[in-house]
Amino acid sequence: MNIRDTASLVTGASRGLGLALARRLAAAGSRVVLVARDAAPLERAAADIRAAGGTAHAIAADIGDKQAIYPLAGQAAALVGPIDILINNASTLGPSPLRLLLDTDCEDLERALAVNLVGPFRLGKVVAGSMALRRRGVVVNISSDAAIEPYPTWGAYAASKAALDQLGRVWAAELAEHGVRVLTVDPGEMDTQMHADAIPDADRATLADPDDIAARIAAMIGAGEARAPTGARLIAPRFEVQP
Amino acid sequence: MIPAASQASAATARLVGAAPEATPEAAPLRAGREERDQVRLLAIDTRHGRLLDRAATDLPALLFPGDLLVLNDAATLPASLAGRAPSGAAVEIRLAGPAADEGGTWPAVVLGPGDWRTRTEDRAPPEQLAAGDVIRFVDPSAPDRRPAGELAAEVAAVSPLSPRLVDLRFDRAGAALFAALYRVGRPVQYAHQDRDLALWTVQTAYAGPPWAVEMPSAGRPLSWQILAALRRRGVELAWLTHAAGLSATGDAAIDAALPLPERYHIPRATAGAVHRAAAEGRRVIAVGTTVVRALEGAARDGHWAGGTGTTDLVLGPHSQLRAVDGLISGIHAPAESHFRLLGAFAPAPLLDAAWRRAQAGGYLQHELGDLCLLAPGMAGPTLSETRRPAAGP
Repeated sequence: MNIRDTASLVTGASRGLGLALARRLAAAGSRVVLVARDAAPLERAAADIRAAGGTAHAIAADIGDKQAIYPLAGQAAALVGPIDILINNASTLGPSPLRLLLDTDCEDLERALAVNLVGPFRLGKVVAGSMALRRRGVVVNISSDAAIEPYPTWGAYAASKAALDQLGRVWAAELAEHGVRVLTVDPGEMDTQMHADAIPDADRATLADPDDIAARIAAMIGAGEARAPTGARLIAPRFEVQP
Repeated sequence: MIPAASQASAATARLVGAAPEATPEAAPLRAGREERDQVRLLAIDTRHGRLLDRAATDLPALLFPGDLLVLNDAATLPASLAGRAPSGAAVEIRLAGPAADEGGTWPAVVLGPGDWRTRTEDRAPPEQLAAGDVIRFVDPSAPDRRPAGELAAEVAAVSPLSPRLVDLRFDRAGAALFAALYRVGRPVQYAHQDRDLALWTVQTAYAGPPWAVEMPSAGRPLSWQILAALRRRGVELAWLTHAAGLSATGDAAIDAALPLPERYHIPRATAGAVHRAAAEGRRVIAVGTTVVRALEGAARDGHWAGGTGTTDLVLGPHSQLRAVDGLISGIHAPAESHFRLLGAFAPAPLLDAAWRRAQAGGYLQHELGDLCLLAPGMAGPTLSETRRPAAGP
């Protein structure tokens, strides 16, 4: 899909990969709605994009809150038109430092599922019907290698991301006949606040720049079925940006 | 119309209404089908004068490959806003449509104190507003809190049609306005329902921009199971956006003038699809009276290439249809303006017979009720002798 003159919705857009993706999409000519819980940093991010010549709006909302989803989707479509690109990037690790499953409260698992799995499902339900009618749309679910590898202490997050991966595969199978692509993306290890929360003593020099990863994900959206087929699980650091 | 048992439950609902958190979420709808796949469909074959009792899920089998189905993709705004007039009197504002442009005024209807549990025609009239009056809106989740910075609007103009029809200028625009509308607004409610309809209940499965102030309800039963089956059968789907307006206001002058002029946007691709279908002798079926108004309004005004416009077109038995061959709509009684519009598609005796069949057969009216399909010819094994009219290539 050509990103120019599209409408995008990016969750978790006040910092890290989400912010980098919102900037990339706006720079490529998409009208972008940024979503995150905290209004102040989100407003600043949207203002920065506008100052750089892009179109951006901020909507403060919690993706884990059932009541927030329809108002969020309605506001977004009112501001930028029906959504063509949905980036499910917002996610929660749960309490930091991370805990063994035996020490994880059930409520923390439920919260991880609400934000990382049920929220993207709800948002997909609201947004992808319009995409299917118009035969135009890309949904990107940001996952993690924790969805595949059994890293101790990552249980709640890992289970939610593994479920999100499978949800994306079924979405892709169901939406293919309507021309809507669904991609699952493992962004790799990035130098973000979330990574610092999870692994405080990591060597930041070994971590990817979120803006570099965002450029690769934008390239996936722009690429056709040959390079980024619907239903695929793509490893962003290995996806080459072609000129 | 309302059976005695429901009167009691309406009274209960009023009591429960004092403590909204006590309203059971699973309470049944009194006058609607909770599940999309329970919706019934009365097929009215306008060519052969026949009536068929079907389900909405039978729609793909009733249409022909090559038919073009046009849907209204407008999402439904939370268009009912509780507010206070300058005197402090409670008013309900129902937005009648979106502003024509960002920062523009919004048409709106003023209702008096009370809520949806009273039929609009039984509500006390509101305090009369004048240009320059400011309405301050109340967040219904915190009605006693009146924080500074809460949404307000100035009456920019009062309509000559009725003092209750006004143009409002909100005190903010863009993202700030829509954030406030979705915070303080609630979907327009119906006295024939048992409980508040949630925002998600009044959306179609393919909704996009929130232009409608009441749900384009003919599309509500169309699940993606049905839409996918239609596409697999070779029925083409196209869409437009039409700002479906208020169905009732309780003001005699306004209600007599409904539907008010409504804004529409017809994508170029949809205009092209309608032309191709017409040129190839394929049928164009509108999902909802709003789609008929948009397509026929555009045809009347010569907007054949698509685009954005406003239509005041009101169709009836003597209207000549230029763009649309068939219609999917709700179940309408002869007194309704929608019933008059059906007259553009079928002769009065057939519509009267359909209404009697709907009554006798237990079809449900209203926004969450059942459907009718009016089309010249129906596909399907029970009508194998029916020839498709004006067959395409």
